[in-house]
Amino acid sequence: MSQGLVTMSYIAASVLFILSLSGLSNQETARRGNYYGMIGMAIAIVATIMSDSVSSYVVLIIALLIGGAIGAKAAFKVQMTEMPELVAIMHSLVGMAAVLVGYANFIDPSSALTGVEKTIHEVEIYIGILIGAVTFSGSVIAFGKLSGKISGNPVLIPGRHWLNLGLLVTSIWLCTQFVAGAETGGGTFSLLIMTIIALAFGVHMVMAIGGADMPVVVSMLNSYSGWAAAATGFMLNNDLLIVTGALVGSSGAILSYIMCRAMNRSFVSVIAGGFGTTSGGPAATVEGEVVEINVSETTALLKDSKNIMIIPGYGMAVAQAQHTVNEITKLLNGKGKNVRFGIHPVAGRMPGHMNVLLAEAKVPYDVVFEMDEINDDFPNTDVTIVIGANDIVNPSALDDPNSPIAGMPVLECWKGENTIVLKRSMASGYAGVDNPLFVHEKTQMLFGDANTSLQAVLKELQD
Amino acid sequence: MKIGIPKEVHNGEARVATTPVIVEQLIKLGFSVSVEAGAGKAANFSDKAYKDAGASINKSAEKLWADADIIFKVRAPELHPKLKVDEVELLSKGKHLISFIWPAQNEDLMKRLAAKKVTVLGMECVPRISRAQKCDALSSMANIAGYRAVVEAAQHFGRFFTGQITAAGKVPPAKVLVIGAGVAGLAAIGAAKSMGAIVRSFDTRPEVKEQVESMDAEFLMLDFEEDGAGSGGYAKTMSKEFIAAEMDLFAEQAKDVDIIITTALIPGRPAPELITKEMVASMKPGSVIVDLAAEQGGNCKLSEAGKVVIKNNVSIIGYTDLPSRMAAQSSQLYGTNLRHLLTELSPEKNGEIDVNMDDEMIRGATVIKEGKITWPPPPPTLSAAPKASAKVEESPAAEPIKEKKPLLPASVTQFIPLILGGAALYMVGASAPASFMTHFTVFVLACFIGYQVIWNVSASLHTPLMSVTNAISGIIVIGALVQISSPGFMITVLSGLAILIASINIAGGFLVTRRMLEMFKK
Repeated sequence: MSQGLVTMSYIAASVLFILSLSGLSNQETARRGNYYGMIGMAIAIVATIMSDSVSSYVVLIIALLIGGAIGAKAAFKVQMTEMPELVAIMHSLVGMAAVLVGYANFIDPSSALTGVEKTIHEVEIYIGILIGAVTFSGSVIAFGKLSGKISGNPVLIPGRHWLNLGLLVTSIWLCTQFVAGAETGGGTFSLLIMTIIALAFGVHMVMAIGGADMPVVVSMLNSYSGWAAAATGFMLNNDLLIVTGALVGSSGAILSYIMCRAMNRSFVSVIAGGFGTTSGGPAATVEGEVVEINVSETTALLKDSKNIMIIPGYGMAVAQAQHTVNEITKLLNGKGKNVRFGIHPVAGRMPGHMNVLLAEAKVPYDVVFEMDEINDDFPNTDVTIVIGANDIVNPSALDDPNSPIAGMPVLECWKGENTIVLKRSMASGYAGVDNPLFVHEKTQMLFGDANTSLQAVLKELQD
Repeated sequence: MKIGIPKEVHNGEARVATTPVIVEQLIKLGFSVSVEAGAGKAANFSDKAYKDAGASINKSAEKLWADADIIFKVRAPELHPKLKVDEVELLSKGKHLISFIWPAQNEDLMKRLAAKKVTVLGMECVPRISRAQKCDALSSMANIAGYRAVVEAAQHFGRFFTGQITAAGKVPPAKVLVIGAGVAGLAAIGAAKSMGAIVRSFDTRPEVKEQVESMDAEFLMLDFEEDGAGSGGYAKTMSKEFIAAEMDLFAEQAKDVDIIITTALIPGRPAPELITKEMVASMKPGSVIVDLAAEQGGNCKLSEAGKVVIKNNVSIIGYTDLPSRMAAQSSQLYGTNLRHLLTELSPEKNGEIDVNMDDEMIRGATVIKEGKITWPPPPPTLSAAPKASAKVEESPAAEPIKEKKPLLPASVTQFIPLILGGAALYMVGASAPASFMTHFTVFVLACFIGYQVIWNVSASLHTPLMSVTNAISGIIVIGALVQISSPGFMITVLSGLAILIASINIAGGFLVTRRMLEMFKK
């Protein structure tokens, strides 16, 4: 295939990727968007394989097939509740690939650049590997935190900002060393040291971020994986990589920014890590009496209510209760009740997590509302059911200036008539913050596994 | 253990210490329940209903007292009119009695109970702490009394409560003044308000202003600074000057309002006299005064405990048994308070009780423990009011930390990113070769497209979006594909690995997105 055709294919692929992303911004066009993405990717890969620069096909095709098979298997097997983990580990793969490509390019003797171009090329390799390594280790830690293999609490090393600054300065110094070394054919050592530093930085960065900020981290790592691809594109003089990497990178960054805005937190403070480190004094402790409710009382309350709001949280994902929730919703709707869902932008462990779960259970998406759409309706709500959510319904975010989550908009369910909170125990949420909602006079607690409790409610509603 | 519910013996008492619904719940806690025949009759609970709920019916009061380990009662023990023996005598060593006791007023009763070596919990002695609210029978009863006070007032008041404009002329709304905005006062405000009256309220504790206003009533303010909040959420006695100002206010209001409901009580003291003879005389004919403090001497000079009297054409209601006049409701609430207390006493839910004196709530309620008088308890330490003020003081301390002065004024800082960005671009432009610049152009434009495209994504699609961008970032496979044909074993290995993992990403990302999007259906 001629170079002109390859370039043309790349342009087509770029356009398809842009269409893919813009398609994803709306429910109606989302599926089409995904197909655009697939076609674009197929065109790009085929064009590259057919181009003059590729001559050995055996390893290439074997690797493509094995990788594709593993990916497809993972995609079909994964539970919808495990989406955040899957996405996080996939990000790490992109990071890893960027590092590998960077090293391969570095040891490739066929490049014949000189002077400034050579220096720029070295810097591009360096940056590509740096971003790739940070993405890789950061994503692995994020995966560990999301799957519960690593504690979700932020691990804060004293003076961590200075440490980060130190690592940055060291990286810059190593870069100059590397460029100088590469002139004479060396530099491998500097590159290796930098890779290790970058890996350590990725670990440190994500470890310092609290569990409740995980949605931001996931989308931030998504952004990094894009920048890694873009850096690789610069390194290889490949415009398709640059365009696609930049698309993914900026879209991930925007998504992180949207998340942060939803939580009323500054982007920088989330990235710099540490939950609630800026608060001025001890948060007010929560005191009061927890009122328990049982299944039959819950059922009776639901039967007596007209307007019902359901607020799902991570607990619903853990208990796999979304199908039961849907059954209950259908039943109550059939009885002429107005059942709606209120979704907090950071409910769950990744952006849009709850929407995916509800969609899986076939909850119609026109009864699922975002926080801003529905927060004013709580005073007219007869009963709100909070399923395994905690921080997103915490009134101290609004009342207590010393609370670690102060200023974060929350679903104001306590303004309704009744709130029933489904919870396994009185443990605090991912952010480790006490929740005055649980002892609020209008709140009753239904303890136990959310799915078991809801199954029982469903059964009684059917009787 | 067995719970015994005797029939109340006090003259005119219609309440009963438990209801059939509560019996079921008591049995669930592991207790057995025995009810004296006819105990719930006055409150419209039949023996059959109790029996259906699982209780056994005992014809003889004497046997019931003898069989039960725990006695639930409403009124404190007194002389049994049929058996001609005091109920205290029916208790024996090791038994438990839970009822209203009023130890301060009934010293002699306390001594006789102690001599019987029994354990006694007084429902009115449950401390006023937040976790004990569910056992607070005084509040339950006060709530009913407040409601009933309005009903009684309506009974004796010759007009509508609500204002109406009818074909037969205009009817002005009734004006109600509620003095003392405690539980009873607030209940009265709510009831009067819902009947359509104009309601005003006065209380010596300024912090209840908000509560009164939340009931949509008007809070009357004195132009006088003094906080009437005592310990445990009750009121305290006020200074002379305050009382004088207060009396002026009442005198003025008495001329204007149609109905006065007084609920002013200070614990352990006779009720303060708030409505004088002169004020009664100044009221319009047909007005009504309901004196909820009649039993403790009355807030109104002319009220008589337990009676309705008419003085100067004003009906003055001094009933002391308002909760008993709504026996079904008050039995239900009182019984639920008892059940909550029992749940606290029996944390294992095994039908056994443990009077745990380390528990602040149980300690407060227990007036006699195995024959030893344990009343009064140490004063309750928790009250909502001081905590609230402490919280207010805390926040200003937190403020200054937040308002740290930025190094530069905002007008300068907003340009810093621009300046830095400009400088960086200049440096790149000055040193980079042309080939880099074309790539850089593409890069910057692509960034902006990404920004534009993503900005309007609906939140519900964030997860699919992320997995599709993840799949797209698998484009890095191109980098590896380009490399793999370069000579060198290491390069082949590295590129091959990169192709492998990137293709996991591509296939996995697109397919999982597809799976997710298939689920999003209306």
